[in-house]
Amino acid sequence: MDVNWTRVVAGVPRAERFLSSFFPPDFTSKSDAIWEGIIESLWMTVVSTVIGILLSIPVGLGAARNLSPRYVYLISRGILAVSRSFPEIIIALFAVKLFGFGPFAGIIALSIGSIGFYGKLLAEDIEDMDPVQAEAVKATGASWFQWLNYSVQPQVMPRMIGLAMYRFDINFRESAVLGIVGAGGIGATLLTSFDRYEFSTSAAILLIIISIVMVVEYSSGYVRKWVQ
Amino acid sequence: MPVRQQGDIKIWKRRTGKRQLAIWFGQFIGVAIFVYCWQLVSEKTIWMFVTDAPRQAVDMMERMVPPKWGYMSTLWRPIWDTITIATLGTLMAVILAFPIAFLAARNTTPSSVFVRPFALFIIVASRSINSLLWALMLVMILGPGVFAGVLAIGFRSIGFCAKLLYEAIEEIDETQVEAVTATGASGLQVLNYGIVPQILPAFAGISVFRWDINIRESAILGLVGAGGIGLQLSSSIDTVTWTQVSVILLVILATVILSEWVSARVRHSII
Repeated sequence: MDVNWTRVVAGVPRAERFLSSFFPPDFTSKSDAIWEGIIESLWMTVVSTVIGILLSIPVGLGAARNLSPRYVYLISRGILAVSRSFPEIIIALFAVKLFGFGPFAGIIALSIGSIGFYGKLLAEDIEDMDPVQAEAVKATGASWFQWLNYSVQPQVMPRMIGLAMYRFDINFRESAVLGIVGAGGIGATLLTSFDRYEFSTSAAILLIIISIVMVVEYSSGYVRKWVQ
Repeated sequence: MPVRQQGDIKIWKRRTGKRQLAIWFGQFIGVAIFVYCWQLVSEKTIWMFVTDAPRQAVDMMERMVPPKWGYMSTLWRPIWDTITIATLGTLMAVILAFPIAFLAARNTTPSSVFVRPFALFIIVASRSINSLLWALMLVMILGPGVFAGVLAIGFRSIGFCAKLLYEAIEEIDETQVEAVTATGASGLQVLNYGIVPQILPAFAGISVFRWDINIRESAILGLVGAGGIGLQLSSSIDTVTWTQVSVILLVILATVILSEWVSARVRHSII
């Protein structure tokens, strides 16, 4: 790796100036734009988490080896592998080309990312479940959906609710960068503030992102305890 | 289990009426929030573009095949850069995360009032700022290039590694620590002989896992100029050379699958 050390040394005073221009964080002068961006990020996160999870349930069921026939298993695993290998931002790059600039492209990207993440964990959780309960329900003559609802769902539900909170948290953090490729959210506001060298506004945005992530993280701990 | 009498028939319910109502109410609130958010989405969306998307997608796919394999020869260097960024970044993160994890773990922190919140803040701050944002800031300071990418990956990974590591430290078996302390060992010796051997497998697993994630992350750092294959991707998209884009996508896919396989093998042999 070739590091241009003279450039790095030149960067040191620049870093000082850069960091000092972060302080004090300026919450007020661009508060309208910040507020709008945060709200946009939040509803993007809500919609994409819900859509992603709804779509990942059939894929996850298909990808559980103890539930589905072999060809369904292979197809579902393929879908999960592809959607997991590309980072959200690359998917967003294409979504912006297809759906135009704006939050809709971001929602598509985040939903696809959520499918890969949630579907894989759901499938693994189903594979690890206790087969005795499933057999007991089946022995009562339950139909396939009843069997799913009364034997599989209660076993995987607590962990899945925790993971949904975790994915919400990830989606919010990702939505903060999707703006860089033009897919809406607080990232667009952040990028604008960087481009205009309004670093005190950027600092304010970064602090807001950190605090929201902290709130989600703590509350997800409580929700998980409450569910179990 | 609540029972409701209806004539002679007893009906078993899973929950009491009040509880069921509360759950229904919660679900109703959830659906309402989703519908409201969806309305906001549709206000901000130009639906003509969305309905047009399938045709656009087909068009894009057609332009992507056949992949221009000759472009591969210029891609080896960026691939190598991507892997270097991920590896060095992980190395840096792991080295820095090790002490932070000890400061953040409830049972090893020197002071749970002053030091622990500070360590936790470092962890959360590093985790909530995406590596792309780190890269954006570092490119401004250090100029574009691989070095900014390494630092960005490193800063982002500190939080992840330290969080998992301090959770592992909190879960260690205290009896071993007590046994080492009983021999009259100093604090550092207790750390070295009582705690470190217990968390070493977790530590190795976490590093390899993070390396695998970092390969994926470093593939996109080029979008903001921090080196790696993302630079080629964004320039190919900007110049609408879709045949090159498809080659790059396939290369990223192959690298990711390979790194995932390597990390799974290594973790399997450690644990």
